Amino acid sequence: MSDKPTPVLSLVDVRKSYNIGSPNEVEILHGINLTVQERDFSALVGPSGSGKSTLLNIIGLLDQPTSGELYILGQPTREMQDEARTALRGNTIGFVFQFHHLIQAFTALENVLMPLMIKNGKPKAAFVERAKNLLNEVGLGNHINKKPDELSGGQQQRVAIARALITRPALLLADEPTGNLDTKTAAEIFELFRKFNQQFGCAVLLVTHDARLSTTCDRTITLVDGQTV
Amino acid sequence: MWIESTIAVKFMRQGRTQTALIMVGISVGVSVIVFITALILGLQSNIIARTLGTQSHIRVQPPDEKNIITPNRAGSVALVTEDKRAQRLRSILNWQDVRDTLDTLPEIKAVSPVVSGPAFARKGEVFKSISILGIDPPRYEKIIPISTDIISGKFKVGAGDAVIGKILADDLGLRAGNKLRIESGDGRAAVVTIAGIFEIGVRDLDARFVYVDLKQAQSLLGLYGGINLIDLTVQDLFAADATAARISRLTGLKAESWMETNAQLVNALASQSLSTSIITFFVALSVAFGIASVLAISVTQRTREIGILRAMGIRRSQMLQVFLLQGGLLGLIGSAVGASFGYGLVMAFNVFGPKLFYIELPTYLIGSATAIATVVGILAALAPAWRASRLDPVQAIRYV
Repeated sequence: MSDKPTPVLSLVDVRKSYNIGSPNEVEILHGINLTVQERDFSALVGPSGSGKSTLLNIIGLLDQPTSGELYILGQPTREMQDEARTALRGNTIGFVFQFHHLIQAFTALENVLMPLMIKNGKPKAAFVERAKNLLNEVGLGNHINKKPDELSGGQQQRVAIARALITRPALLLADEPTGNLDTKTAAEIFELFRKFNQQFGCAVLLVTHDARLSTTCDRTITLVDGQTV
Repeated sequence: MWIESTIAVKFMRQGRTQTALIMVGISVGVSVIVFITALILGLQSNIIARTLGTQSHIRVQPPDEKNIITPNRAGSVALVTEDKRAQRLRSILNWQDVRDTLDTLPEIKAVSPVVSGPAFARKGEVFKSISILGIDPPRYEKIIPISTDIISGKFKVGAGDAVIGKILADDLGLRAGNKLRIESGDGRAAVVTIAGIFEIGVRDLDARFVYVDLKQAQSLLGLYGGINLIDLTVQDLFAADATAARISRLTGLKAESWMETNAQLVNALASQSLSTSIITFFVALSVAFGIASVLAISVTQRTREIGILRAMGIRRSQMLQVFLLQGGLLGLIGSAVGASFGYGLVMAFNVFGPKLFYIELPTYLIGSATAIATVVGILAALAPAWRASRLDPVQAIRYV
C-alpha cells in the first residue's frame, strides 16, 4: 500500500537489556516489532514485569534501546544526540504519567503551557488561549490559576492531559493514566483520551492494567515476557 | 533565558523557607565582609593620615660619604682597615636644578627644599636641644600645613622671625613676640623673634622643631647657599618606594620613602590587609557551601519535577541554567541586602561608635562585594546544577 502515510511510530526488532556486560545481564525486551499509525487508539497491556513501562520509555525517547531501531514520523532515532532527541520529544510526543506529575510551583495554566514555554519562551496570547481552551475541554475552566496541590487527583490528571496535548503532538503516550483514580473518574479520563484522539487525530498509546478499558480501545497490544503476542 | 529564569524564580519562591534562610546567611556573610573591610580601610587610612601628617613621603638627601680606597697595583695585595666616615652636614649639589627637575615629575605633588640641623635654644642659663628647619614657607606648607597648627601668634619665618613648638615654648617660658637665642656650635649664633607657636600633637616635634627661613638656617648651620634635604609628597602613597628609587637613579642622591622609614607600619598595614583577605575568603567560602548545600537539597527534592521537565522537552543546558540562575540570584539578592546592612553598620559605627576615626565607605566596595557574591553563587551552584542536568529522566520520574 504505497499511498499509506508514514507511520507515527515504528519499532524494528527493539531489544533492551540491563546490566550489560555483567553476569546478571538481563534482557527485558526481546525484539519488539510494532507500528502505530495516525489516529490509532491502542492499549498496551500485559502482566507487571512484562516490560510495558520500559517499552513506553523507549517509545517516548526517554530511554534508549540496546539494539534495534525506533522511527518517529519516519525519522530514525538511534543515532540522535541528546539535544536532538529532547527536541523531537518536545515537538512530537505528549506524556501522561500514572502520577499526574505536575510542577508544583506553577499554576494549572502554566503547567499546561510548560512544553510551549520550554520551546518558545514567553507564551504568545494565542498559546495562552489554546491552553485555556484545553483546560475548558477537560472541565477545569474555573481552576486555571490553581496550584496542583489545590486540585484533586482526577483534576491534576486532567491538567496533565491538557499539558500533553498543548503541543498538538503526533503521539500521546500514557502510562497507567487511570491507575490511581476511582472507577468513575477513570472512565471520565479515558473518555477524554478518546475525545482528543478524534478531535486532534493524534495517535494514542495507553499502558493499562484495566481489562475493561483496554477492550474499548481500537487495538490491544499484549506484551508477555518482553514479546508482543 | 525567559523560561529558565521563570522556573528558577518559581522554584526559589516555592521553597521560600530555604530561600529565606540561605538569604539571611549570605546577607550576614556579605555584611561582615563589607563592614570588616571598610573598618580596616578606614583604620589604615587614619593611621596613614596621622603618620604622614607630620612627615614627608620621601626625603632626598646627599649620598653618604664613603672612604675612597686607592685601587691596588696589578699583582699586589693590600690589607686595609677602614673606619666608616662620620656624615657631615653637606649641601645637595646644584639643589636648585634638582628641585626644578623634581617639580616636573608627574608622580610628585610637592617639593620643598629644607636646611635642617641640630642646635641649642638658650634662655638665660637654660639650654634646650632643638632641630633647626630652614624652609621656603609656601613650598613647605604643601608638605606639612604647619599654619593650621598655630596656637599663638602667626606662621611667619624670615627676617629674624621663627616659629617654635608649644612644648619648647613652655619649657623656656616663651610667648609669641619674645626673643630666643639659637646657638649651633662653632660659635655661630643668632637671636630670633618668636612670631608664632605651633602644636602638631607629636611630642618630639613640639619640643624640638624651630622653623626659620632658608637664609637664617644656612648661616646658622654653615651651609651658605646650600640645602641638605628635599622633602617630597607623592600622588600615590603606596608607590612612594618606587618613586624614591626612581629619584635616586635620576639624581644620584639618597632618597628614602616613608615606607622605608616606617617599615614596621607598612608591615602592620600589610598584615591587616592580609587578615581582611583571609576573613573575606573564608566567609565567602562558607557562603558558597551554604548555597551549594541548599541547591543540592533542592535538586534532590525536585528530582521528579526535573524528570518531568526533561520529558516535556527541556534541554540539559536549560536545566543547568535553571540552577545556575538560582545560585546567581541567591548571591545577588543576598549580597545586595547584606551590603546595605554592612553600609548601615558602618554608618552606625560612625554615629554611635567610639568616634576615634571616621570610616569612609567606598561605593566600589558595595559593588564589588555584590559582584563577587553573585559569581560565588553561580560557582557554588555548578555541582548541583550539573547533577540536575545529568539526571536520567526515566529514573528521575520514578523517583519518589
